Amino acid sequence: MVSGLINANPVVYEKKERRARNTPCDSDEYAVESIDQLEIFDHIRDIKDPEHPYSLEELKVITEDAVEVDDEHSYVRVTFTPTVEHCSMATVIGLCLRVKLMRSLPSRYKVDIRVAPGSHATEAAVNKQLNDKERVAAALENPNLVDMVDECLAPSYS
Amino acid sequence: MAELSKLAQYIESFVDVSHTPSQQATSLEAIISLVKNNVVTIKTLVTEMGMYLTITDHIIRGRGILLLGEVLACLASKPLDDATIHSLMTFFIERLADWKALRGALIGCLALMRRKMEVGTVSQTDAKSFAQSYFQNLQVQSLGQHDRKLSFELLVCLLEHYPDAVVSLGDDLVYGICEAIDGEKDPHCLMLTFHIVELVAKLFPDPTGTLASSSSDLFEFLGCYFPIHFTHGKEEDVDVTRNDLSQALMMAFSSNPLFEPFAIPLLLEKLSSSLPLAKIDSLKYLSDCTVKYGADRMEKHSEAVWSSVKEIIFTSIEQPSLSFNLESLDSPSFQGNEMIIEALRLLQKMVVKSNGSFLRLIINDEDIKEIFNILNIYTCYNDLPLQSRQRLNAVGHILYKSANASVASCNHVFESFFLRLLDFVGISVDQSDNCKISPSRNFNFGALYLCIELLAACRDLYASCDEQTCSVKEKSYNMLQTFSRSLVQLLNSTFPGIPKKNLHDAEFYCAVKGLRNLATFPVGSSPVSSVVFEEILLGLMSFITMNLKCGSLWNHALKALQHIGSFVDRYHGSVEWQSYMHVVVEKIAPMFSLHDEALPLTLKLKMASDIGRSGRSYMLKIVQGIEEATSFHLTEVYSNGNSKSVEILLSLLDCYSTKILPWFDEAGDFEEVILRITFNIWDQIEKCLVFSTSMDKALLDATMMALKLSVRSCSKESQNIIIQKAFNVLLTSSFSPSKVALSTTIPVQMEGLQLLQQKDSPLSRDEWILSLFASVIIALRPQIHVPDVRSVMRLLMLSITRGCIPAAQALGSMINKLSLKFDKVEVSNYVSLEEAIDIIFNTKFRCFHNGSTRDGSEMLLTDLCSSIEKGSLLPVHVVVGLSWIGKGLLLFGHEKVRDVTMVFLQCLVSKSRTDASPLQKVILEKDCETNLDFAVMNCAADAFHILMSDSEACLNRKFHAILRPLYKQRFFSTMMPIFQSLVSKSDESLSRYMLYEAFAHVISDTPLTAILSDAKKVSLNLIPMLLDGLLALSVNIINKDVVYSLLLVLSGILMDKNGQEVVTENAHKIVDCLAGLTAFPHMMLVRETAIQCLVAVSELPHARIYPMRMQVLHAISKALDDPKRAVRQEAVRCRQAWASIASRSLNF
Repeated sequence: MVSGLINANPVVYEKKERRARNTPCDSDEYAVESIDQLEIFDHIRDIKDPEHPYSLEELKVITEDAVEVDDEHSYVRVTFTPTVEHCSMATVIGLCLRVKLMRSLPSRYKVDIRVAPGSHATEAAVNKQLNDKERVAAALENPNLVDMVDECLAPSYS
Repeated sequence: MAELSKLAQYIESFVDVSHTPSQQATSLEAIISLVKNNVVTIKTLVTEMGMYLTITDHIIRGRGILLLGEVLACLASKPLDDATIHSLMTFFIERLADWKALRGALIGCLALMRRKMEVGTVSQTDAKSFAQSYFQNLQVQSLGQHDRKLSFELLVCLLEHYPDAVVSLGDDLVYGICEAIDGEKDPHCLMLTFHIVELVAKLFPDPTGTLASSSSDLFEFLGCYFPIHFTHGKEEDVDVTRNDLSQALMMAFSSNPLFEPFAIPLLLEKLSSSLPLAKIDSLKYLSDCTVKYGADRMEKHSEAVWSSVKEIIFTSIEQPSLSFNLESLDSPSFQGNEMIIEALRLLQKMVVKSNGSFLRLIINDEDIKEIFNILNIYTCYNDLPLQSRQRLNAVGHILYKSANASVASCNHVFESFFLRLLDFVGISVDQSDNCKISPSRNFNFGALYLCIELLAACRDLYASCDEQTCSVKEKSYNMLQTFSRSLVQLLNSTFPGIPKKNLHDAEFYCAVKGLRNLATFPVGSSPVSSVVFEEILLGLMSFITMNLKCGSLWNHALKALQHIGSFVDRYHGSVEWQSYMHVVVEKIAPMFSLHDEALPLTLKLKMASDIGRSGRSYMLKIVQGIEEATSFHLTEVYSNGNSKSVEILLSLLDCYSTKILPWFDEAGDFEEVILRITFNIWDQIEKCLVFSTSMDKALLDATMMALKLSVRSCSKESQNIIIQKAFNVLLTSSFSPSKVALSTTIPVQMEGLQLLQQKDSPLSRDEWILSLFASVIIALRPQIHVPDVRSVMRLLMLSITRGCIPAAQALGSMINKLSLKFDKVEVSNYVSLEEAIDIIFNTKFRCFHNGSTRDGSEMLLTDLCSSIEKGSLLPVHVVVGLSWIGKGLLLFGHEKVRDVTMVFLQCLVSKSRTDASPLQKVILEKDCETNLDFAVMNCAADAFHILMSDSEACLNRKFHAILRPLYKQRFFSTMMPIFQSLVSKSDESLSRYMLYEAFAHVISDTPLTAILSDAKKVSLNLIPMLLDGLLALSVNIINKDVVYSLLLVLSGILMDKNGQEVVTENAHKIVDCLAGLTAFPHMMLVRETAIQCLVAVSELPHARIYPMRMQVLHAISKALDDPKRAVRQEAVRCRQAWASIASRSLNF
């Protein structure tokens, strides 16, 4: 393994203001509020970076626009941008995103996690690894990895 | 001699280090009390200690000296002769050289030096020799923190109490101090050292004296601390904050003008630092130094100060705010921008202190001149670039502060700028001193804005000066006097609605602010003449009455008027006050009677209540207007049935109840008006003998509310008059109580009680009067006696059988207030509580049937509930009536309430023909007869809600009800066992369902603490019953609110620590129930709360909840797909909480 940090000095961006939803309080009891982009983004914005005490939002690894969702067809795709091209943490970040969404979304959803095109040296390999059910399941059998993922997810539950 | 041996013992035990600190402390106390009570003299003590004070072992010596020092510290109020003090002081001064045993000497010296005059003090020579020894022997910076602190305290004490002794030391003193304090870092000690420097600097005020040569050394010590950088966390040093340190350092900085050559350059340098805190501190210090150093010394820095201040204000100010609130009357406010506030304060201090030189700098400044050039280029707010807007705001504030500084500066600023600004906006003076507005000029926002800032500065200055200082001859005053009229004309012309000019809102805001500024010059020293003042009011009024479409502008203008009103109200009777009355108030008051459609009623009412609330005299006038309108429209409604009047009345009464009456209560002393209005309402109904058409229910409610609220705030005397009046009117109705009173039984007409009768059917005059009468009774104070009580009670009871709820409420209130016992029972028709209860519960009713003259059976009120008359609504009415009476009884805790609740419970469990049919079917049943039984049961269940909940309409503190403390708790604990046994006995689904509903009403209105304390006692039953109730009630959509309040009770028990035990026992049942409720389809809040409860459950002991894990996760995975977002969010949290108790095998 590489000793030391992959990206020792990342650029930290400001957090975006939490957008308050303007739902009228006397709205229809039976109206359906479908799962939308912002809701998915709210699920994943606070995930901690595996090697820095910053959230993925602060590092601009994910943005609201990088979330595509289709509630009708139960499909969601998250495209994330690793901070550096050779980032070996990309798979861990991807795994965190996948686990978090699996735990937060209804089971009918199909989740697709991708590295932003051109942002990573081994883009295809990472994408394949992240969307392979067997490999994800295998990764989650690894106690070290699960600990790491849980640690990263912890702030997103508060 | 016994004392001496004891003393020796004590001394030994203190000196011996092998004893525990507590032992040492007790022996010290014992010695002190011996000396205090004159059992032992100081001399004996010293002789007795002898050896300990001089022994070569430095530990024991140190303890010995410490003992002497501590004893002296505790004897501060014991008189000692000079010889003793002298010898002690000499001893301690000598010991200062003994660095191994210093603590005691420091404490001893401090104790002696701090002594008060009356009890003997250290002599001046001793003080001087102390100082010499101190500077010779003490290496303060090499001591520990506590000793340093003591040393500094000694210095402070020396400088404060013996200045004459030390001043002769001269340079030695200053150098000694410099040495002692140099390099100090502890915050506590720093507070002292800053104070020491301040004291020293004040000791040598002479600019050529001692300090002249050493001031740089002294300042060198101070300078390195600025700006204070203090990072101690909260856990350590709680008592010293950064602010304290900064304040102490500031006092040291400004203590002597000799520091000026060092301090001011340092401060100016730090002004350009990038740390905002350093900037703010520099500004504060500069303000302080400006005041203390004096004009001459600051003169040479003025330019540098001005350029820095300008820089700060220009860079950090925002664009002008377009609204003003009430607080901004006095000075412009910044939302928490401390830096600008401090910069402006410094600017003002400089202007005040500098004899005009600083002001000249401002006036001749290039940047400010440039702004004036910009003003000519961009005349409109919208055209101004953002940066220029900020600049404009900055210049406005600078001009405000400089003009506001003093009368002279005000004149100066006015001379330099005012005429030019007026010229920009198009006002000029011709040769004969007549000013005119040149019409061709475009409106100039910037110039107007600055003009208005100047006006505000001038006004605030006048308000703060007394009459003498701002004499009439001042130039600014004269200028304003000359130009005020044309200014007002110009400002009035900017109002929207005036054609040709297309202006932005900003201009309008600015203009309104200007008008307000002009109108709020202190009356008496105002340059604005009364004619001009009237013009201002006319302008604002005409805008308000003409332009209704500009919402925020309209509000803005109204606020300005209100502002002027409350200002002028302070000068009651002045010309301005009269013209305000005339122009504004007397215009508004009659508006309601006029039939002009131009102004919508809501706006009129807003105007009236806003203006009225700005002054007492205005309100009186305006209320008169509203009152006249009310009586006019009431007559309209009563005799002509005018439906338009109904709408108007609704708004009028609403405004009266919600806006004007609360203000009356707050302001106080309006009883006469309230009484008049109440009488007016009664007069109108009395005059009108026949209603033309039937009345609207909403109007009745509004009238009742207004009447109730009016009556409740009246005094006893007025209430007596009102109830008498109301009673007289009641006599004119067909309900007249005398008719009822004749017979011993009350006849109940069964006709008109048929099921077909609608609840909101039109009302007759009699019903109207009765309802109003009831609402008067509801609001009475307990001491008031109702005329002819017995008949009135019978009348009310009769009305209850007809479904008149106010009558029931009135009866409940009457009973409730009778509970207060009075000694004076001289009133002729006094009815005691017992008698009243007897009347209510033992009067017989006789039922008459439609058309037939045959007498029905005689029944009591409580029996009517279960009367089996077919298709009659009678039982429903009686149950509702009884529940209000019961509430009245319950509030003061009367026994009889038990009987009432028993009646309700009987209704709930009574065998009826619906028992056989399943629950759902009954509820949906359209059949009248079964439905009617259901209605009675429903009412009986709801009765518990009436009993327990806090009602807005009556029987609360507002309406003088008598409340016994903890009545809810008591009722709860009596009812619980009853409910439990009834539920277990009842085997029909419907009555069990109804029992649960009643139970839910009771428990959800009981304070949680009461439930929890009860939950322990009846733990086995309460929670299961609660859960069963939830399950039973959640079947039906009608009860969703009941389900929610019941669930809140459960969540309260779950969240509370005391509830944990009970909850753990029933964990399985609770989870079952909550899991079911996560899918409750009818109410989002129920689902959300249920999930939150599940999160709380996950914190129970692991072994208890582990088996439920799969069940919860299953339920939650469905909730993740809930239609509502809030529920989904809670579900994610809950899922995590439950998944993480399940070790690593997360279920995906």
